[in-house]
Amino acid sequence: MLLEVKNLHAKVEGKEILKGINLQVNKGEVHAIMGPNGSGKSTLAQVLAGREEYEVTKGEVIYNGKNLLELAPEDRAREGVFLAFQYPIEIPGVSNTNLLKTAMNEIRKYRGQEELDAMEFLTLLKEKMEIVELDQSLISRSVNEGFSGGEKKKNEIFQMAVLDPMLSILDETDSGLDIDALRIVANGVNKLKSDKNATIVVTHYQRLLNYIVPDFVHVLYKGKIVKSGKKDLALKLEEKGYDWLKVEDLQVVG
Amino acid sequence: MDKNKKIKESFINNFHIFENKLNGESKGDFHKTRNDAFKNFTNLDFPNSKNEEWKYTNIAPLLSQIFSIDKVDSKISKDDIKKYLLEGIDAHILVFINGDFSSELSLLKDINKGIRIDSIKDKLKNNDSELLNHLGKYADYRKDIFTSLSTAFTNDGAFIKVDDNIISEKPFYILYLTNAQNNSIQTQPRNLILGGKNSQFTIIEHFVSIDDSTYFTNTITEVLAEENSVIDHIKIQEESRNAFHFARMEVELERNSNFTSHLISLGGKISRNEMNAKFNNEGGESMLNGLFLIEDDQLFDVHSKIDHAKPHCNSHEHYKGILDDASRGVFNGKIMVRKDAQKTNAFQQNNNILLSKEALINTKPQLEIFADDVKCSHGATIGQLDKEAKFYLKSRGIGEEAANIILLHAFASDVINLIKVDAVKNYAEEIITKRINERIKEN
Repeated sequence: MLLEVKNLHAKVEGKEILKGINLQVNKGEVHAIMGPNGSGKSTLAQVLAGREEYEVTKGEVIYNGKNLLELAPEDRAREGVFLAFQYPIEIPGVSNTNLLKTAMNEIRKYRGQEELDAMEFLTLLKEKMEIVELDQSLISRSVNEGFSGGEKKKNEIFQMAVLDPMLSILDETDSGLDIDALRIVANGVNKLKSDKNATIVVTHYQRLLNYIVPDFVHVLYKGKIVKSGKKDLALKLEEKGYDWLKVEDLQVVG
Repeated sequence: MDKNKKIKESFINNFHIFENKLNGESKGDFHKTRNDAFKNFTNLDFPNSKNEEWKYTNIAPLLSQIFSIDKVDSKISKDDIKKYLLEGIDAHILVFINGDFSSELSLLKDINKGIRIDSIKDKLKNNDSELLNHLGKYADYRKDIFTSLSTAFTNDGAFIKVDDNIISEKPFYILYLTNAQNNSIQTQPRNLILGGKNSQFTIIEHFVSIDDSTYFTNTITEVLAEENSVIDHIKIQEESRNAFHFARMEVELERNSNFTSHLISLGGKISRNEMNAKFNNEGGESMLNGLFLIEDDQLFDVHSKIDHAKPHCNSHEHYKGILDDASRGVFNGKIMVRKDAQKTNAFQQNNNILLSKEALINTKPQLEIFADDVKCSHGATIGQLDKEAKFYLKSRGIGEEAANIILLHAFASDVINLIKVDAVKNYAEEIITKRINERIKEN
């Protein structure tokens, strides 16, 4: 098993957001986590990536045999965890290339590998750029600065392609994308899929799942996974809306 | 006050010695200006914290020193000087050692017609009228004690004149190298830059010390930008960590002229930079940029004054600081928009990053606007490195140290990137990267 989340509780600014999450992800799988706004989807993604503002109060996360919660965010990344941000950060003055080169070398150093030389690195960038049809000019520009919404999301998947993670968490990667950009981003993700890695797709809408077909769908509601199923669960949600869930939820509780 | 009396007397004493050494030159026309400035100096008091312009700039460490005007025996060969010159620079090079011009160490050849490059000392000797028409005319020494002091002791510096319609591809590179060898010397580097109509050129000032002596650089640069001229000024300040660097720049902008200044400041115990630009006619444009990196107990102060005396002029100003340890920064940006200076655009920014809890910056915009159809803005930020950006970098596998270095470098980079001369830009990049790496690794 690549990832095992057990009874995870987390709070931010004193408010409990995650109230006992259980999740198991194997290599080669795609998991979709769906849920209405405020259900805790993004919090789960951020907690897995190691954001300090979120305090884990209970539970554990085992990733690739290691206690993930004990690792610093950078070490999680070096161990192969990647978060595609819902709102990618703009960093003026830092070029995309510089970010990736530094990241690449820090990761390789951690793994006891030699640094890539400039030639190898550029070849790698070129190859990965094609996967998301990223415009060449964007890689020498400052990270996400002045990028359109679509370019930002493509850039996230481009970084993911370069860093070649074992566990990718896509946080609302589809939000704000037009249909063409969505298709490109989804194609990118599909091309990167293998039996050695796994993907968690966090999304509000079923639309993305037409392109990235999940093996499992989980419904997150009020900080808990209230329903898990196969792909058809997503379709049902799309058809009936999250309100349907609330009724069911009540029924379960009642 | 008693304390200050001592240093004041020593300057007065030094002036008499200086005057005696001038011999025949003391009969030169400029000596009247020196005497006048000296008289002003004796009548003025050193400022203290009660003086608004010096409120946050404690100059007690300067005033507790005594400086001398004795010559230091400096044996610097042509080979030695290479170490201090910007690598790979293709420029007309003027080298000054302890404030005195060295023709031997300078590189002045293939000077195009219409360009004058002289040592001020040389030209004062023969009462050069072009020099005398301007020298001391822009930096008013009547009210400011440091200007009066510098003017009284004015002896040498660079006189650069680019005639009408002349474009100098080669920059003028002025190296002020101090070789004090633990003698507390005072120097008064003085520059006069005259840009003729439609002229275009670049001036580079570079202040470096051979050792970590305590000394006092009290420098003034006067710039006259005639109609439609384009003048780019770059200054790199790498004085000794025990030095006092007091600098004043006075820029006069005529119709449609364009003046840009870039300041990279790392050295000095106390550095005070007064940057004044005045629009004397319409259509002028000025841009003042600067980056300072300070640590330990260093103090960096920039006081700027942009005088929009005429309509349709644009001024931009952006100073950035990185402060560590118990260093102190002061930014005071005055923008004056006079009554008939309509259609003025004036922008001002000051951004600072504090790397330690003890570091302190006092930043103050000072806008005095008397016209009604103008666009003016100012802003200041003081903070730590952006947490969001840092987490983003970390989530890509970049560790704390590397993330800090990347973000500080990014903070500094827009000032560096505006420098157009590659050799200077590369050098600035090098010394700033080195400093940032040292700071982050130490913290």
